[in-house]
Amino acid sequence: MTNMTNRSDPLLIDGVALDSRFFLGTAGYPSPAVLCEAIRASSSQVLTVGLKRTLQAGDNGALAQALAAGREQGARLLPNTAGCRSAREAVQLAHMARELYGTAWIKLEVIGDEHTLQPDPFELVAAATELTREGFVVFPYCTEDLILGRRLLDAGCPLLMPWGAPIGSGQGLLNLHGLCTLRERLPDTVLVIDAGLGAPSQAARAMELGFDAVLLNSAVAQAGDPVAMAGAFRDAVGAGRRAWRAGLMAAQSFAVASTPVSGHAFLLGDA
Amino acid sequence: MTALPSITVRLDDRAVALPAGATLAQLLELERREPAAVATALNGRFVPRDARPATALSDGDVVLFFQPIVGG
Repeated sequence: MTNMTNRSDPLLIDGVALDSRFFLGTAGYPSPAVLCEAIRASSSQVLTVGLKRTLQAGDNGALAQALAAGREQGARLLPNTAGCRSAREAVQLAHMARELYGTAWIKLEVIGDEHTLQPDPFELVAAATELTREGFVVFPYCTEDLILGRRLLDAGCPLLMPWGAPIGSGQGLLNLHGLCTLRERLPDTVLVIDAGLGAPSQAARAMELGFDAVLLNSAVAQAGDPVAMAGAFRDAVGAGRRAWRAGLMAAQSFAVASTPVSGHAFLLGDA
Repeated sequence: MTALPSITVRLDDRAVALPAGATLAQLLELERREPAAVATALNGRFVPRDARPATALSDGDVVLFFQPIVGG
């Protein structure tokens, strides 16, 4: 497997240096074996996981195998609070996640609308405030709203995870203006595009715009070949990051000749 | 002979009869759950693992067990 990590450009979160800027979700893969191979192909060092009521069906051993694959590449776990609709629910679930997974990292999800799965900004800030006070490292799944972002940072979140598009929609970066505004106004904040990405080109685009990492699940899990797609996203994230560091040329609305000729080509002159 | 007093709690949407004074730790044992494999909530509030032995259950309590799973 090609090693696409880059130790000269680590992503720092909570004092942890990550070589990979591709966070991967672990749900919805065709089999535990495919999930494990996809994790390896992704080179991801942050894997999202969840919690469920014990009355629901099991995951066929997928989690146990995913944890083993993740450990091989030094991945950290990022439990989520998926399914929560209030700050109170999310706080309780976060405590359970910390006990079960042994990590203070929590991907905070508080959903405000069933159709779009859009985060509830008010409950999100309330939950983030309480959780950071209780020692959690909160990764908030949020919208691209700048003021919400500032409130979450004020609450103690070390980074923001704005959506590119609704969860699982695969639409890419829907509100480029809003996302670019967030990037421009919070230049020193770690920003991770979370949700809505469907193609590696969209992940590369996010990285070219200066976002620090991407988090996705469905685009890999639902691909015809999840393992190959995990590798494609890994490459795209790396390429986008290198492009951003290299500095993209300024786009212009008119042509600028790249070949250094002057005047007309001679054959068009005095023939 | 007088029957021992008992309580009924709701565990993950089903009724479970317990002796009066039973604790959350005892419920886990009765259900044959590995204590470290689940997280517990009582009436919507998280109960840490080390607090389970001292958490007495009451009639009508709602108990939820949670376990790790894959997630996005």
